[in-house]
Amino acid sequence: MKLTIRVWRQKNEADKGRLAEYPIDGIEPDMSFLEMMDLLNEELIGKGEDPVAFDHDCREGICGMCSMAIDGVPHGPEKATTTCQLYMRHFKDGDTITVEPWRAAAFPVVKDLVVDRSAFDRIIQSGGYVSAPTGSAPEAGSTPIPHEDASKAFDAATCIGCGACVAACPNASAMLFTAAKVTHLGLMPQGQPERYQRVTAMVEQMDAEGFGGCTNTGVCHTVCPKGIPLETIGRMNGDILKALRP
Amino acid sequence: MAVTGIVFLLFLVAHAFGNLKVFYGRADYNTYAAWLRTMGSPAIPHRLALTILEIVLVLCVLLHIGSAVELALRARRARPIGYAGGRPKQSYASRTMRVGAILVVLFVIYHLLDLTFRVANPKGIAGDPYDNVVADFSNPFVTIFYVVCLIVIGLHIRHGVWSALQTLGRSNARRERSINIFAIAFSVVLIAAFLAVPFGVVIGVVH
Repeated sequence: MKLTIRVWRQKNEADKGRLAEYPIDGIEPDMSFLEMMDLLNEELIGKGEDPVAFDHDCREGICGMCSMAIDGVPHGPEKATTTCQLYMRHFKDGDTITVEPWRAAAFPVVKDLVVDRSAFDRIIQSGGYVSAPTGSAPEAGSTPIPHEDASKAFDAATCIGCGACVAACPNASAMLFTAAKVTHLGLMPQGQPERYQRVTAMVEQMDAEGFGGCTNTGVCHTVCPKGIPLETIGRMNGDILKALRP
Repeated sequence: MAVTGIVFLLFLVAHAFGNLKVFYGRADYNTYAAWLRTMGSPAIPHRLALTILEIVLVLCVLLHIGSAVELALRARRARPIGYAGGRPKQSYASRTMRVGAILVVLFVIYHLLDLTFRVANPKGIAGDPYDNVVADFSNPFVTIFYVVCLIVIGLHIRHGVWSALQTLGRSNARRERSINIFAIAFSVVLIAAFLAVPFGVVIGVVH
């Protein structure tokens, strides 16, 4: 396959940045999108140019590091797929593909396609924990949890914190991420003691980080590589309303 | 946004019921319009109930627009640089909330000048709203403008109903589908009720 890749090049946070165009040949349909980027970088290094910086780690769709907006869509055109699990067979020979970093004031660009997602860490730190007694492991099954709650909490817990929800949201809102964390802990009996103080603290931190407000467009869920359900946002809204009640 | 939006929806339902009185003829329609001013009489003074309703609606309009502007400004601050490569799929109704809202505001201003203050109405007869409505929809340009604006309002409501219920925490996975079906059904039926009036004039049932 032969493609033209338009990539965002930005030296550092202060640099203005621009889109650079690279023709690239010899792409196998079974290569992942990141392997295609590796190939591009090998060529750039061969020519003595600076390779394109991008985040990646596990390359099996579970770490949440890869973060590319491919033709404006976080993680590209495939449903519930991370960029590392996206294969070149989904593109046509001769295509021009635009690759940009997550676009959000709360995710400043570090270099090229790498953005700083520490804002998510600070949201987690503000309340994404449960107080658990230390010591030996508790007796299995000593805390009964209804099956439905357990699977819903698990659905929410599959969030890998990649930030695609923010990147796709027309408001650059972090509601789906925060709601996933609030739901995953709020549905468990272990999460009850801090349930309402957690939701207040995490939403306050989310707002303080400069994310936009949620207008329930549902785009976050459409692009989420883990398919985090929109109902998490409804649950979080329910909790925050309860927390605000005097 | 959610609470003030629900106030508008309740008002619009009452408004649509009132409008449909046009099919009972001139006398019924005009009596109904006059009753709006004598609501609760003699216990409640003349026009008091209507004035309270108007004040509530104006407050809701200000709060609704205020929140919308704040959300739009926050969104702009939260994404100073946009994407060059395209954008993800998004429902038409949710994508046109802001731009549609501008048309809705212009429509409401025109609508008030037309049928409340009667300065933009072709006839503008005080105390005869029936004649004023017929005069409006005898003009194809006015009719087309009303129809287009009502469809835009319908789209706004389609997203608004779902969004309000989600914001108020009333949605969950089980209810999501029914809420969306309800939002579509509600907006279609409501807008059909409003469209019935110009349609009635155009086909000559109301004359």
